[in-house]
Amino acid sequence: MRVIFDKSVPGRIGVRPSRQTGCPPPHIEPKLLREQPAALPELSEMDVVRHFTGLSRRNFGLDLGFYPLGSCTMKYNPKLNERVAALPGFAELHPLLPQLPTGERLVQGALAVLHDMDRLLSEICGMAAFTLQPLAGAHGELTGVMMIAAYHKERGNRKTTLLIPDSAHGTNPASAAIAGYEVRAIPSDADGRMDVAALKDALDASVAGLMMTNPNTLGLFEPRVREIADLVHSVDGLMYYDGANLNPLLGRCRPGDMGFDLVHINLHKTFSTPHGGGGPGAGPVGVSAKLVDFLPVSLVKERPDGSFFLDYDCPKSIGYIAPFYGNFGIVLRAYAYLLSLGKEGLLRVSEHATLNANYLKERLKPFYDLPKPGVCKHECVFSAKRQVVHGVHALDLAKALIDRGFHPPTVYFPITIPEAIMIEPTETESKETLDAFIEAMIEIAKLAETNPEEIVSCPKTTVVGRLDETRAARQPDLASLD
Amino acid sequence: MPYIANTPEQQTEMLRAIGTDLEGLFADIPSALRCAGLKVASGLPEQDVRRRMAVVADRNRADLVGFLGGGFYDHFVPAAVSAIVSRSEFATSYTPYQPEISQGVLQAIYEYQSAICRLTGMEVSNASLYDGGTALYEAIMMALRVTGRRRVVVDDSVSPIYRTMVRTYTRNLGIELVETSSRIGLADREALARVINDQTAAVAVQNPNFFGCLDDFSDVAELAHRHGALLIASAYPVSLGIVKTPGAMGADLVVGEGQSLGMPLSFGGPYLGFMAARKEHVRKMPGRIAGRTVDAQGRQGFVLTLQAREQHIRREKATSNICTNQGLCALTALVFMSLLGKQGFRELALSCAEKASYAAQRLQAIPEVRMRFGKRWFFNEFVLELPVAADRVIRRLLEKGFAAGFPLGRYYPHMEKSLLVAVTEKRTKEEIDLFAHTLEVSL
Ligand SMILES: Cc1ncc(COP(=O)(O)O)c(C=O)c1O
Repeated sequence: MRVIFDKSVPGRIGVRPSRQTGCPPPHIEPKLLREQPAALPELSEMDVVRHFTGLSRRNFGLDLGFYPLGSCTMKYNPKLNERVAALPGFAELHPLLPQLPTGERLVQGALAVLHDMDRLLSEICGMAAFTLQPLAGAHGELTGVMMIAAYHKERGNRKTTLLIPDSAHGTNPASAAIAGYEVRAIPSDADGRMDVAALKDALDASVAGLMMTNPNTLGLFEPRVREIADLVHSVDGLMYYDGANLNPLLGRCRPGDMGFDLVHINLHKTFSTPHGGGGPGAGPVGVSAKLVDFLPVSLVKERPDGSFFLDYDCPKSIGYIAPFYGNFGIVLRAYAYLLSLGKEGLLRVSEHATLNANYLKERLKPFYDLPKPGVCKHECVFSAKRQVVHGVHALDLAKALIDRGFHPPTVYFPITIPEAIMIEPTETESKETLDAFIEAMIEIAKLAETNPEEIVSCPKTTVVGRLDETRAARQPDLASLD
Repeated sequence: MPYIANTPEQQTEMLRAIGTDLEGLFADIPSALRCAGLKVASGLPEQDVRRRMAVVADRNRADLVGFLGGGFYDHFVPAAVSAIVSRSEFATSYTPYQPEISQGVLQAIYEYQSAICRLTGMEVSNASLYDGGTALYEAIMMALRVTGRRRVVVDDSVSPIYRTMVRTYTRNLGIELVETSSRIGLADREALARVINDQTAAVAVQNPNFFGCLDDFSDVAELAHRHGALLIASAYPVSLGIVKTPGAMGADLVVGEGQSLGMPLSFGGPYLGFMAARKEHVRKMPGRIAGRTVDAQGRQGFVLTLQAREQHIRREKATSNICTNQGLCALTALVFMSLLGKQGFRELALSCAEKASYAAQRLQAIPEVRMRFGKRWFFNEFVLELPVAADRVIRRLLEKGFAAGFPLGRYYPHMEKSLLVAVTEKRTKEEIDLFAHTLEVSL
């Protein structure tokens, strides 16, 4: 499809803004004005609608079919939540209103949602309090790591290092480094769990903490997590929980009870908010009692009379990390989801997320190499090792799945598993869908042996074939400029 | 149960295929780590959630006639924006890791990058950052990488909200953050000249600044460049419908808050951080970037590119930790800009500026009310100097249904009587007249 700028017809007008006659001209001297209007497309409203409808048809979304992208928890995004977020009382609310005199009275509904969400997430995670401000998971990580730094500073600790398993998501080491820490990687053991002996070796007085996720990125629960937490605490390190993998634990097992001091959760994963082609999400951070003072400004608090206020008096806080109260529209969606699920619903989520993943794992095990056997949680990680022998790689398998109508799993992550294929079905998928996917995977595995060329040349059903990524990077064409 | 598909019969069948029971699925979690049961209420049917949330929403005063801006503006959003953006092919997809089935999102990112470049007068843009404040922080970090220096100058006419964020993020990193004081509404050139030196990585300014005043930073860009520093300009995208671009002023990095491009105020988010730069710095940029390329048959297609900057490849050496961004907000901005188009977008900016001009005329006609920065040019926001504390006036106007503006004393202690008033195209002359009248009788 041509880019929208190439469809432009000089003089054509789309949506006209409201103008009023009788206003004086802008109070701007000519030399402060731009010489030419911005070269935006000149199209009718229908042209624009058709262009983007056309683009949408060239895009695979969860509402079109199975999207088992590991580590991303592509569960169904309930439509109710969109309606809730669009209520004018929320959508049209100016974030600076609470800063006006008597302003908090103007936003009691919004503050009630934030306060209740803080309580709900604290209960679900076993933490003392949450900030809802972080704008995505990685932003939550950075917020958490800055709180770790503040904690050590207050205690006069000189800590320079964060420990991170080698199987961790890339955002963990990136967040640690951006906050000024050195990263020390902890290897995995033969079972795919953290190598506790190696952890012991790596522990010294310079360790500020450990970032880990549980179940880990292989979908495996780390049963020695309490022991790990005790070890880290023994050097006055803090335990950071990457909550991207919280889904299979909902209602059953809480990060706080495992010994974690800080937790971020991805509302766009565990709590069903849409992923939006890359975002927006939200990454609230919860902390145990000893870290509450370091939470970002401001905090939503309740008065004895049941009204809510924003507390800006946080002398030990790390400061402001977001312009306001977080991605409020995302928090609202997640809140509506939690109201819908309730206690029982949370348990069913973890149950079916785990059931679906184990069902896939068991059915596919005869056909694909499963590096770490045993019960998994919400996702399972295969390797394309057996297919590589025939010249078929994880990426090729992914492309073959595309031709069969599925979004591929995550491939090449975690990096500790060569040729990784990471499948996360989520609880909202039915057995029929899983069966269809399993059949396709089995068919592909067989084809990889009998006719590997067929797979290496996939996809064939898409609007474009495999794209030249080397050319994209070597001769970057990053914008259509006027 | 809501949103669960498997029936009990299917569940039994699946457990049989696995060769375990429900308990067996969780046998790997030691019993000492199990939680006894959450103190969470029971779930509600859809209708009940809707009703309950409607009641909660009604406890917010979103109905006030708004003259409150401060970097976040109440603009009109055409119906076609949500019609397009809510299409689930866009909304329910994720980061386009598989380009063949993600051409819609990828091409949209490319078009968004193009629109941001055209708007700001720059050469490259990323696919989005979280918001205007984190975008400013990321720009500062990028300037440190480009220059290899540790000193940053930020003028205090840059949004105080963003400056507090930057302080948080740079605190422990050995970065020297120098804040200059603006004078009479504009960045003080002499103060800047005193602090910009050969250790300076970047100078950050904003146009229009937090007081709504318009400036031309060409001279500051020159000054910065003379010392080998970059100029970072934070911009209000709607103003760029008519206002001189940061690119034309010589800015090296342009960032800002994209909320005004079709996103509702939504009590602070989700919004859109945008970032544009000159081509030579693209490999130091944070965030996703889409590029145009071809497939084996020579067909045009789009991919995520220059990924060797990013966390999933470089881990602790990445340019940023950002992963999930504000994708759907970037799409919103693109659709908004495309619908208004070249002419409509200019008219939108004109409409804001004209109505603001009208409001300024009406308001400064009130006895004892004057323009605080009377000689300054402004786009759609300006500072009124009142004879009494701004808080008092705001409180009275709230009672009459107006959000009168922002009390600048919150951030600038010597400005207790200053009221920052924003006017968008959504305000009518009648509303402005009534606002002026109500303000006059409230003094
Ligand atoms: C395990 C893990 N940790 C952290 C993140 C980062 O979260 P986000 O993309 O919301 O920043 C992700 C997801 O992308 C993840 O899968």
